[in-house]
Amino acid sequence: MPTKLYNEPSPLETRVVSKRFGLENSHTLDTYLANDGYKAFRKAREMTPEKIVDEVKASALRGRGGAGFPTGLKWSFVPRTSPKPKYIVINADESEPGTCKDRLLMEYDPHQMIEGILIAGLAIDSHKGYLYIRGEYRYLIEHMDRAIAEAYAKGYLGKNIAGTGFDFDLYTHSGAGAYECGEETALLDSLEGKRGIPRMKPPFPAVAGAWASPTLLNNVETFSAIPPIIRDGGAAFAALGTPKNGGTRLVCISGHVNKPGVYELPLGYPMLKAIYDVAGGIPGGKKLKAVVPGGSSCPLLKADECDIPMDYDTLAKVGSMLGSGGMVVLDETTDMVKFALRIMRFYAHESCGWCIPCREGTTWLRKILQRFVDGGGRKEDVPLLGELSKNMLGRTFCALGDAAAMPTISIVDKFPEDFEKRLPAANSQLVVV
Amino acid sequence: MTFSPQLEERFAKMLACYPEGRKRSAVVPMLIYAQDETGAVTEELIAEVAKRCEVAPLQVDEVVGYYSMLHRKPLGKYHVQICTNISCMLVGGEELYEHAKKKLGIGHKGVTADGQFSLEEVECMGACSWAPAVEINYDFHHFVTPEKLNQLIDALKKAH
Repeated sequence: MPTKLYNEPSPLETRVVSKRFGLENSHTLDTYLANDGYKAFRKAREMTPEKIVDEVKASALRGRGGAGFPTGLKWSFVPRTSPKPKYIVINADESEPGTCKDRLLMEYDPHQMIEGILIAGLAIDSHKGYLYIRGEYRYLIEHMDRAIAEAYAKGYLGKNIAGTGFDFDLYTHSGAGAYECGEETALLDSLEGKRGIPRMKPPFPAVAGAWASPTLLNNVETFSAIPPIIRDGGAAFAALGTPKNGGTRLVCISGHVNKPGVYELPLGYPMLKAIYDVAGGIPGGKKLKAVVPGGSSCPLLKADECDIPMDYDTLAKVGSMLGSGGMVVLDETTDMVKFALRIMRFYAHESCGWCIPCREGTTWLRKILQRFVDGGGRKEDVPLLGELSKNMLGRTFCALGDAAAMPTISIVDKFPEDFEKRLPAANSQLVVV
Repeated sequence: MTFSPQLEERFAKMLACYPEGRKRSAVVPMLIYAQDETGAVTEELIAEVAKRCEVAPLQVDEVVGYYSMLHRKPLGKYHVQICTNISCMLVGGEELYEHAKKKLGIGHKGVTADGQFSLEEVECMGACSWAPAVEINYDFHHFVTPEKLNQLIDALKKAH
């Protein structure tokens, strides 16, 4: 029974979305119902769809997948009166390096997410949902299949849900290994049985998504936040965070910390407090060198830039992103050239190849960084890395090209000494080519 | 081609869950579940999936080439996947992968001569806060040290 947690909770957490984690049999419908389960759905059933969307807007919930788009606004884009069927697609393709939270939400509290999906169904008049789970999470696909079967058996999925006259069907759908499929339009292509390649936008999925029908796509954590929002009101959720950055989120802390783990913290939580108090600081009393604030796609912050509250707007102001909540902590011993190479190996491997700036850019950046790490670095490579990255920005269908370029630009700009250190003496003169 | 009754049941449900005329949607999940049973994606399997999903074999073939978990050649009975992405790398993932290469005597995507083990250096698999992480077939292992990996591999050898 998934009652044993992967890491000890911290007393500094504000547990809203993860409040059932650690309860005995927290994954079962009985435990869910005994702990506020389906109160929100019953309440939502009495509300108009507009009122549900307004409540989500009032919560200032922003998409927890990475882009941070206001959820209520996204819901309002789906044409609920369209004669076409409307679909809900749940993005459980959690693949952003540094991110490991959706796993827990499905493992410990699957029914909370299902209730959130049903409330979204009421809001946009949808009766069918597809839960796209990455193939590596097979145990979770099986776990969710069991949770879904339990919900059907007890009348919380299928026809006339909980006696309210509302019908909804939910299915799991397995991916098969592709980071790109976390991008919403690539995910839709994958769901349709194709290679996961991003689509031209517009039309946005809200208008023409899965099988050319209006589709609402949100992350697992976003749906999981819906029941508390409807139950206790959008304003109460919003008040936990900072203006325009409502509520709490699961922050996945990894890398050089004493107590790595997934912790639920309010938006606007001080980054240094998260590192030193929640995650127990850096092993061996070493100094902080840099932080990846929200998954490997985010520009890195130097230690002296980390004294900030963690919310979407502050991170944007300092030139980075809050992303998917994957916070990677790097101590003073970290070799940033090697780190940049590992990031680029990832993006070069995962680029779907559809857009040339991304396909070629990631490959060449990887080659240059590999040469540097292998001891063949040249002084002119450093500005070349920056320029090449900047030329990828905004020139691709999806954000993968940007995601590869942005951390690279930040590493080249902020840690030139790490590149200097790796330059062989013979190559330390700048050659103008 | 026929599969086990459990898989046939799964496939029947799968094909019914997508909208009318959209059987193609089952291509990716069908391939990965079938591969688990057949060991690899063969030409025969591609033709079978194409038939069941009502698409051309080429439309299945191009999908196989895209997804990293689909393999045209059989893997070992135990497929050892070691993450070396950033969170794992910072706490010993690369050293763990080097250790595994020596321990198993194979490299990236290699298979041992007896077909028992295969090895793959993989990208982030969502275990960053409990790194370094290893997935053997579909089982996750967290905070893996070289010693712990030895124990895992030795236990699997014994079980065989």
